[in-house]
Amino acid sequence: MTLSTLFIAVLMGTVVSYYIGRGRSHSIAKPVGGVRNLATLPSYYATLMSLWALLPALLLVFLWLVMDGSIISGLVRSELPLEAKQLNPDSLGLLMNQIGNLAEGVGTLDALGAEYKPAVDRLIHLNSISATAMPVLVMLVMLIGMILGFRTIKADNNARYAVERVFNAVLFISSSIAVLTTFGIIFSVLFESINFFQKVPFMDFVFGTHWSPQIALRADQVGASGSFGVIPLIVGTLLISLIALTIAVPVGLMSAIYLAEYASRRVRGVIKPALEILAGIPTVVYGFFAALTVAPAIREYGDGLRDWGAENGIGWLATLNVSSESALAAGLVMGIMIIPFVSSLSDDVINAVPQSLRDGSFGLGATKSETIKKVIFPAALPGIVGGVLLAASRAIGETMIVVMAAGLAANLTVNPLEAVTTVTVQIVTLLVGDQEFDSAKTLAAFALGLFLFVITLALNIIALRVVKKYREQYD
Amino acid sequence: MAENSKQTMNDTYETTGIPLLKDSKLSVRNVDVFYGDKQAIFDVNLDIGKNQVISMIGPSGCGKSTFLRCLNRMNDTIDICNVTGEIKLEDQNIYDRSIDVVELRARVGMVFQKPNPFPKSIYENVAYGARIHGLTDNKLELDELVESSLKRCGLWKEVKERLLEPATGLSGGQQQRLCIARAIAVNPEVILMDEPCSALDPIATATVEELIHELSQNFTICIVTHSMQQAARVSQRTAYFHLGKLIEVNDTSVVFTNPKHQLTEEYITGRIG
Ligand SMILES: Nc1ncnc2c1ncn2[C@@H]1O[C@H](COP(=O)(O)OP(=O)(O)O)[C@@H](O)[C@H]1O
Ligand SMILES: [Mg+2]
Repeated sequence: MTLSTLFIAVLMGTVVSYYIGRGRSHSIAKPVGGVRNLATLPSYYATLMSLWALLPALLLVFLWLVMDGSIISGLVRSELPLEAKQLNPDSLGLLMNQIGNLAEGVGTLDALGAEYKPAVDRLIHLNSISATAMPVLVMLVMLIGMILGFRTIKADNNARYAVERVFNAVLFISSSIAVLTTFGIIFSVLFESINFFQKVPFMDFVFGTHWSPQIALRADQVGASGSFGVIPLIVGTLLISLIALTIAVPVGLMSAIYLAEYASRRVRGVIKPALEILAGIPTVVYGFFAALTVAPAIREYGDGLRDWGAENGIGWLATLNVSSESALAAGLVMGIMIIPFVSSLSDDVINAVPQSLRDGSFGLGATKSETIKKVIFPAALPGIVGGVLLAASRAIGETMIVVMAAGLAANLTVNPLEAVTTVTVQIVTLLVGDQEFDSAKTLAAFALGLFLFVITLALNIIALRVVKKYREQYD
Repeated sequence: MAENSKQTMNDTYETTGIPLLKDSKLSVRNVDVFYGDKQAIFDVNLDIGKNQVISMIGPSGCGKSTFLRCLNRMNDTIDICNVTGEIKLEDQNIYDRSIDVVELRARVGMVFQKPNPFPKSIYENVAYGARIHGLTDNKLELDELVESSLKRCGLWKEVKERLLEPATGLSGGQQQRLCIARAIAVNPEVILMDEPCSALDPIATATVEELIHELSQNFTICIVTHSMQQAARVSQRTAYFHLGKLIEVNDTSVVFTNPKHQLTEEYITGRIG
C-alpha cells in the first residue's frame, strides 16, 4: 500500500465517521425528544467523531515517517561487523548509504565485501516489515479512534467545546510553524555568522572599505586577507535604494493623493487595480527591463551628452562616463517597482483621515489642495512615513533588478552612473556554483544575510511603530 | 431641472407661520436639494434675520443638516448632491457662477456636530482660517487674532498656557469651543452650527449655549438641534422641518407654546420622534 492510497483511505474513513456520527446523534436524539434536547448540534458530534478518527491516525503516519528511517538504520548498524562500528561518523554515514543502495538493488556487494551481507539482508527485511505494518497499524488506530469517538456521542456531552479546542490547537500549530521557521532561520544565520567572524574580524567586516571575496580562495590568505569590507556593498545598496525612493515616494504619494481625494469612483476603479498589477510583475521581468532597455538607454543618452559637451567645449561634460551597468538604471526601475507599495499604503492612511477634518477645513474656506497640504497630509504623515519605510526595506532587500542592471563590481562610489553592487547581489554571487561550505567566502554570505536582516528588521519595526502610533490617534 | 421642479410642484405646500422677513441676512427661495435621484429638501422658502439665532428642529433624517449645508455650499463637496433654487446672502445669490466659494465660506462659517479640531496645536487651529485668507500681515497680528478669538469663546484662560500643545488633548467641550473660535477667527457674518452640543456633556453644553447667546450680538447664527429645550434657550426663531419640507417657522416662543401646524405640535409634544 503506497502512502497516497493510505491517505485516501484515512480521509475516506474520516468522512464515513462523520456520517456515522451524524446518524448516531440523530438516533440518540429520538428517545430524549429531538435534536433540541441534545447538548449540541448533530454536526458537532459528527465532527468530533471524525476528528477522533482522523487525528490519531494522522499523527501515527507522521511519527512513523519521521522515525522509521533512523530506527531501522540503528537496528542495521548493530548488525555491522566490528571494524565498521569503529569508523568515524562521516565514513559510517557513507557506508550506511552504500548499504541502503544495495538494499534497493543498486550496485553489487562486491564493492563492500561479503561480511556486509547480513546488514543488507536485515535492512531489506526491516523495510518490508515497516511497509506492511504501517498501513495496518494506522487503520487499526483509526478504528480505535472511531470507536472512542462514537462513544462520546451522548445527549449530555457538549461536543461543541471539544471541537472548538481542537480547532484552536490546529490554528495554533499552524501559526507556530511560521514562527518556529523564522526562529530557525535566524539562529542558523546567526550561528554561521559567528563562524564567519571567527575567521574574519568583526571590525574588518563592518568598517572595511574593500570587498573582494575571491582573494580568500587562495589557501594562504584565508581569513587574513581583510577583503571582506562591507562598506562598498552598503553604500551601493543605499545608493540604489535612495534612487528608487526618489522616484517612488513622490510618484506614489501623489498618485495616492489623486486616488484618495480627486479621482472619481470610475477612474479609481481603473487606476487602483492597474497599480496593483504593477506590484504583481515578477522582479525578474523588471530586471531584464532594467538591463536590456533602461541601462542601455541611459548609457546612450550619457554618451550623447558627452559628445555634445566635447563639441561645445564644456569640460566636465566631455569627461562624462556612463557605464553600461549603472546604479541609476537599477534604481530607476526599482523605483517603478515600489511605487505600488508607497501608493497603496498612503492611499489607505489618507482614506483613514476622518471626513470631519476635511469638512472642517472646507468649512473655513480652504480649497482642496490647501486642505490636502495643511490638514490631510500632516495628519496622514506618520502613516505615510511608515509606508515609505516599508518600501525602503523592500528596496534594500531587492536582488534581481540589481543583479541584472547594476553589475557585480564592488565599487565604493556614490556616482549613480557607475556600476555598483549590493548586499543581496553579493550573497547570490557568493553562493552560486560549487562552494566549500566552511570557507570564509561562503560563510560571508551568512554574515551579509544577518546584516541585511538586522537592517530591514529595524526599518520594519520603526515603520510598524510609526504606523501604530498613527492609528491610535484616530481609533 | 424642469422635471425636478414639476415633481416639487406636484406636492406644493405652504409653510405655516412667518417664514419671510422684511429685512434679512440670508434669504432662501424655492430651494430643492437632491442626492442623486432622491430629493431631500422640498421647495424651502425662508428668511434669516441679521444677528438673530434661528434654530432648525425636526425628526432625524428630515433634512436639517442638508439644508444648513446649502447655506455655505458645503454640499458642493458631495458629488451626487444637487441644489436648485436661490439663496441670497445680502442680495448676492451664493449659487451664482461668479461667487467664489472660498470667500463665501469665509463669510458663512460652520461648526460641526462632532468637534473636529485639526491634529495641530491649539494656536494653529485658530490661526488656520486667517492664514488661508491672508487676514493678518505679521506674527503679531496673528497672535492678537488668535488671542481675541479664544477670548470671545471664553477659552483663553483655559488654554493660554498651552497654546502650542495639540488641540486633540482638550476636553470635548473645549474642543467644540475651539472649533467655534476657529470659525469666528475669520470674522464671518453668519455661523452655521450643526448640532454643536450633541457630543457634549450637560455642563459643556451649557457653556457652549452661553457662548452662542453672546455671539448672537455680532453674528447671525443658524443652529440645528435635536433638543427642543436648547432651541428654546438660544434662539429667537425656530423652523420645523418634516420629511424635507419646512412645515412651520415662527418666533421660538410661539412655536413652542402655540404651534399652528399639526405636525409641529405632534413633534414638540413628543408624538413624533
Ligand atoms: N451624503 C448623502 N448622500 C445621500 N443621501 C444623503 C446624504 N446625506 C444625507 N442624505 C439623505 O438626506 C436626508 C436628510 O438627511 P440629513 O440632512 O442628514 O437629515 P438630518 O440632519 O435632519 O438628520 C436623509 O434621508 C439622508 O438619508
Ligand atoms: Mg443631521
